[in-house]
Amino acid sequence: MQKYINIIGLEIHIEPNTKSKMFCSCPQDHFGAKPNTQTCPICLGLPGALPYANKEAIKKTIKLGLALGSKISEKSKFYRKHYFYPDLPKGYQISQKDNPFCVGGSLMSKKINHIHLEEDAGKLIHSGDESLIDFNRSGCALIEIVTEPVFNNVSEVLSFVKELQLIARYLDISNADMEKGTMRLEANISLKALLGGGRMDSREVGNLPDYKVELKNINSFKFLEKALKAEIERQTKALDNSEKLKQETRGYDEKTKTTFSQRTKTDSDDYRYFPEPDISPINSTEYIVHSTKIPELPQAKRDRFMDMYKLPKDYVEILISDLERANYFEQAVKLAPDLTKSIADLMINKNMDNEYPEPAGFVKKIVELTKIEYASTSDLEQAIKDVLFENPNIVDSYINGKGQVIGFLIGQVQKVLQGKGDPKMINVKLIESLQKNI
Amino acid sequence: MTKLTKKDVLHVAELSNLKLTDSEIKKFLPQLTKIIKFVGTLSEVDTTKIEPTSQTTKLVNALREDVTTSSNSLNIDEYFKVKAILSKRT
Amino acid sequence: MNIPLTIKETQDGLKSKKFSAVELVDAYLAQIKKYNSEYNVFLTVTEELAYAKAKEIDRGDKTSHLAGVIVSYKDIFLTKGVRTTAGSKILESYIPPYSATSVSRIEAAGAIPIGKLYCDAFAHGASGENSDFGRTLNPWGKEYVPGGSSSGSAASVSAGMSLISLGSDTGGSTRQPANFCNLVGLKPTYGVIPRYGVISMSSSLDTIGSFAHTVDDIEIMFDVMRGTDGYDSTVSNFKKPNIKNKFKLGIAKEYFIDGLDSEVENMINDVKKTYEKIGIEVVELTLPHTKYMVPVYYIIQPAEVSSNLGRFDGIRYGSARQSFGEEAKRRIMIGSYVLSAGYYDAYYEKAMKVRTKIINDFDEAFKTVDAIISPVSPTPAFKLGANTSDPLKMYLEDIYTTTANLVGIPGLAIPSTFSKSGLPIGFQLLGPRFSEHQLFELGKKYHKEIDYKPKIAL
Repeated sequence: MQKYINIIGLEIHIEPNTKSKMFCSCPQDHFGAKPNTQTCPICLGLPGALPYANKEAIKKTIKLGLALGSKISEKSKFYRKHYFYPDLPKGYQISQKDNPFCVGGSLMSKKINHIHLEEDAGKLIHSGDESLIDFNRSGCALIEIVTEPVFNNVSEVLSFVKELQLIARYLDISNADMEKGTMRLEANISLKALLGGGRMDSREVGNLPDYKVELKNINSFKFLEKALKAEIERQTKALDNSEKLKQETRGYDEKTKTTFSQRTKTDSDDYRYFPEPDISPINSTEYIVHSTKIPELPQAKRDRFMDMYKLPKDYVEILISDLERANYFEQAVKLAPDLTKSIADLMINKNMDNEYPEPAGFVKKIVELTKIEYASTSDLEQAIKDVLFENPNIVDSYINGKGQVIGFLIGQVQKVLQGKGDPKMINVKLIESLQKNI
Repeated sequence: MTKLTKKDVLHVAELSNLKLTDSEIKKFLPQLTKIIKFVGTLSEVDTTKIEPTSQTTKLVNALREDVTTSSNSLNIDEYFKVKAILSKRT
Repeated sequence: MNIPLTIKETQDGLKSKKFSAVELVDAYLAQIKKYNSEYNVFLTVTEELAYAKAKEIDRGDKTSHLAGVIVSYKDIFLTKGVRTTAGSKILESYIPPYSATSVSRIEAAGAIPIGKLYCDAFAHGASGENSDFGRTLNPWGKEYVPGGSSSGSAASVSAGMSLISLGSDTGGSTRQPANFCNLVGLKPTYGVIPRYGVISMSSSLDTIGSFAHTVDDIEIMFDVMRGTDGYDSTVSNFKKPNIKNKFKLGIAKEYFIDGLDSEVENMINDVKKTYEKIGIEVVELTLPHTKYMVPVYYIIQPAEVSSNLGRFDGIRYGSARQSFGEEAKRRIMIGSYVLSAGYYDAYYEKAMKVRTKIINDFDEAFKTVDAIISPVSPTPAFKLGANTSDPLKMYLEDIYTTTANLVGIPGLAIPSTFSKSGLPIGFQLLGPRFSEHQLFELGKKYHKEIDYKPKIAL
């Protein structure tokens, strides 16, 4: 019997694939760059430097919001969020608070609280009695998706983040790569006791526990799963022992397979937000929403592929999980609609699309392959002769107007040919032979 | 709220990442109390239905095109260093 | 040689070979060497740079707008390769890697940079007494303050150590020292001259100020520095408007408060009469929220100060936060307090709303008048030390100046006369946003009528 219900919310950070950073013209892509080689007075927070907001980053944020059904705020602002940490050069992060670009929305029926845009901090590397700071990432555009605390189990969380990753790719917002840090996850989690029979006390519905634990620095889907499971286990044990759980931030240690406390909430968690005076408000509706087109999203493509191509579910999932391959598949199918099944087979089981940059080349190859496999015309004609000879009754039925028996005869011919007959050719030749009998 | 306490001053100093000496705290406490009381006179102004002003330019959408330039880039090419940071960021 | 007092005199002299640019530098440097140690005007003298630029001018082009003009900068303007301290120990040895847009534009127009000036640390102050490096004296009377926070800028021009100077104006820091030192000082419309490269004090209020002896020179500086730069997104461009020939001015009845010095009050009445004499109507008007200017200002400004000074953590530049002076710490504390949880709505949000009401007052006023005549400060320059023990008393010095910053409109400080004790007295004209050229015209008309002659104090 389930004693507790898990209450999990997510904060997902995505670095959009803009060319330049959020507030300066340094490169946004910092993966693998030498430390502090992609910096300027603005992202280093030098005296006198001012932010200049990147239009494209705002467009991408709003595009994501539109795709997830968020309400786009008519007038948005940036805010300053203050705290002190060595990787935050200005002593504040330019972020959003009231009227973020996107409010509400949902994905896989999980409610989203809001989506906002902010700048990233630098990177701190701990090394002995020193900490090293690299500001290449400082000031990079960062989209944050905040969900409501609506997940009750780990698998829901995993499918949500994977689907969100796919959407980011479909929208060309970001490659949302966990390994490169262009997608980063944080989960907050708390447990709530259930009554006997796994029901929730009706007075408790909608109430959240008085604590939540934030899990940070999760850099892969696998870690997310492990960290959540470990944390659920820890909290379950604590609650079983009637321990009081506290509000804190925890990390996950792969060696011990447990989470560990990083930081407890303190008095200094007062970010003193105020509207960023250096940046004018943004009127998104007029300016961006009207010109933003949302392409077909993964779920729509999934449904359409099932419906149009009659492929097995796992085939569809593989194809749509990579937008480029999905497009490749469709282009190939357009060239040879009859070969749909073979195209899918060869792509999924043999990765043959990798060998042919153009779908046309791939299709040509398939046609060649299938041709070679067909039985020769003389073998085919011999097989038809044999089948007709062995089934005089069926031939009679045909002559007497029972056209539907042709299906049975085709099957018999294929059997003789061990499935290597060209179905079109069998059909043509069979009818020819039958006509001769009339 | 008019009278600040020593605790308030210490809290605000912590928020501001300032370490004040005892004599500074002693000096600031009455000064800040007086100033906060003075600026508190705004409470008598009726601001119902008034929108706050955070910028006077009246500009909207003053945004930058997404291009990179190196015209003001600073290539430092080494790490900045601080004494080991043990506490985690917020 | 006699130091020229206007850009025109400078350029006429250069063109007619009355003097060379190098000789000009000699003359200003001589003045600096003579008085600087006593008056604390220059923190850094850029002698080599000045001579190099002077030689360039002597060899080549003398036609650009500021060719040969000796300029000095408040030490919150970043100057690439030249130490910039903000008047604070925290940046005592900071060498910036880039220059402010305004500095680049002034120098591209041919000006010769002669050095960096004393100022109240991080521009916090109204007297020049808050510098971490010593207080600046008023060239018109050395027991008096030169005003602040652009103390060195005013002192430099009025003492003949530079012809023009750049300062900043967040709550009066250009107009008040200009007023205390017999100079023309401009606080432009917010969002006309880029702030990029000038150390931020209060981002929604900061503007780039200009000091000169005449309105003509201020106009030249203004036109050289204004316009978008691709770094300050609050800046917009505007076309110089056609100047009309019929004006109407106003004076707010709320300006005549208890603390207003009688000599200043008389001067305001004289200014009114002067304008009326040349056929410009002056009417009384009301700005009902005048008494809330300073409280609004002393919430918004410290709040933004507390934010802007967050970057000084000693990691990438400068020294650690303990090195902040007392006034900086005080403002950071006030600012953090009014922004902190539980107080934001009562203080910061409230101040932003009253700010809106103040703006509405001015929008209303400018429906009937072209500009407003106002005192700059309630008294002429006060004595050194007079206000240092009570920060609130010092804050009240800003009563007439914070308006223009809160509303985002231009204010032009114009010298008028001298008090019985020999101190300069002047007034300011406040106009709608982007009305600088109209204010210049009104200022020129006034000076023409009183036959104003620029002079230096030392």
